[in-house]
Amino acid sequence: MTLESLINIVYILSAISFILGFKLMSNPGSARRGNIISAVGMASAIIVTLMYPEVVRYQFIVIGIVAGGAIGMLFAYRTPMTGMPQMVGLLNGFGGLASLLVAWAEYTARPEQTYFGGAILALTALIGAITFSGSIIAWAKLEERFISGKPIMYGGQQFVTAGVIGGILLCGVLFSMDTATPEAVRFLGIITLLALVLGVLLTIPIGGADMPVVICLLNSYSGMAACASGFIVQNNLLIVAGALVGASGIILTLIMCKAMNRSVANVFLGGFGSPVQGSMMEVVGEIKPVKADDAYLMLEAADSVVIVPGYGMAVSQAQHAVRELTEALEKNGTEVRFAIHPVAGRMPGHMNVLLAEANISYDAMVEMDAVNPTMETVDVCMIIGANDVVNPAAEEDKASPLYGMPIIKAHQAKSVIVMKRSMGKGFAGVENPLFFKNNTRMLFGDAKASLQALVNEFKGAN
Amino acid sequence: MEVLIFLLLILVLSIFLGFEIISKVPSLLHTPLMSGSNAISGITVVGAMIAAGLGQGEDLAAMLGGVAVGFAMINVVGGYLVTDRMLNMFKKKDK
Repeated sequence: MTLESLINIVYILSAISFILGFKLMSNPGSARRGNIISAVGMASAIIVTLMYPEVVRYQFIVIGIVAGGAIGMLFAYRTPMTGMPQMVGLLNGFGGLASLLVAWAEYTARPEQTYFGGAILALTALIGAITFSGSIIAWAKLEERFISGKPIMYGGQQFVTAGVIGGILLCGVLFSMDTATPEAVRFLGIITLLALVLGVLLTIPIGGADMPVVICLLNSYSGMAACASGFIVQNNLLIVAGALVGASGIILTLIMCKAMNRSVANVFLGGFGSPVQGSMMEVVGEIKPVKADDAYLMLEAADSVVIVPGYGMAVSQAQHAVRELTEALEKNGTEVRFAIHPVAGRMPGHMNVLLAEANISYDAMVEMDAVNPTMETVDVCMIIGANDVVNPAAEEDKASPLYGMPIIKAHQAKSVIVMKRSMGKGFAGVENPLFFKNNTRMLFGDAKASLQALVNEFKGAN
Repeated sequence: MEVLIFLLLILVLSIFLGFEIISKVPSLLHTPLMSGSNAISGITVVGAMIAAGLGQGEDLAAMLGGVAVGFAMINVVGGYLVTDRMLNMFKKKDK
């Protein structure tokens, strides 16, 4: 057996391990094992690549592996669970940048390419650069550092974007026609620069609450970039792995969009989160604030409680206080479940991770579709830092921008406690009639402090 | 050209397979799914290593490749470790 076929067989085994890893993720009990299998596949691929006949110099590889590995470890252990969306966002960007650099390295080494080779080089540079700059903007928006999380709109936005795309296409054609000329380098350079600009243009009009969609799509792009670079180096493993990641990102993007009742195009062109017009239904009723001792009496008498967490829980780092309250309730004989909306938080599954971090059993976490039919039998529905995902206007008010979005039907519970910092509106900028219903009580203040006050009430009673 | 057709076949099959298996991942695990796929997208490291290992006379390409190895490895190591850290937290408790 030649060395080359040995390397290729190991690549096939790696591809199988990635597929198996994803498959084992279908169950929380086996998911960790799946991740380890996938990591072993990755390690094997890296090791056999060192045996490649073309690989004759090791210093750059070693420096890259050691430096990248160390930084990766820092990221993995230093990032708090509330910061997961930012970390995933940043990693998407690094994946894109790596593919962009591979395209440039390959072109530097082999400037003479076929038409197809040139087109693939240009495409890899394009996807890689969009992924990189788009992810950096998404990261900055999530961190609320350098730029605000609000959508940034300006006149003629679509025209500027269309112009940039046109420029990229033109340079792509000119580059692919003859990649060996001195001008060709400039064309690839212009493609790279314009693609970096395009990544920024596509991400700045998108508001904070739509970030889950953007992060998913960039996740998909990072896979597509890896896939495209697989065509450059003609490597099966890169194509399979890239396609899997690309598919995963697309699936998540579609799930997120469906959970917001919006199309992908609407998210990217809409600049949602900016003020909305139109006459909406008048909100009737009044706000009824309560103190912790009254909220305690409601919870103490309840047989079943559903907790709806939102981004506010992450902001106030309240997940551990939630666990303490859950334990107090369960000790009191109350059944506690967590209803999690697909778009709660800043990335898919964000709330589940925070609750798991606080040691809450995953079988207490219920999906929206499973909890809604039982909502009428729930004694108290407690909302912690969520707003739009429990807004009944999505069902009742045709003029509302939220209309049609699937919600957790908190308003059907026998009574509702809303924990909220102030009467501010949600990210959609829409008034929430739930807060004005007869059976709703508002517990104002920092979610963590309010939860601790409730826990103290339970402790005082014993 | 034949190689290309073959690679395209691999691509199409992988996309279908990806949609099949990933749509079975429950929303409970969507965050680890994303960080795990981050790690897998670090597979670019293989392409980057081939460039970074080029010999004398290809210094620029090799250096670009080396930087690419670094960024791809951040994804690989950061992605797998943080996914493991998260999945380790998902536990089922006896009531």
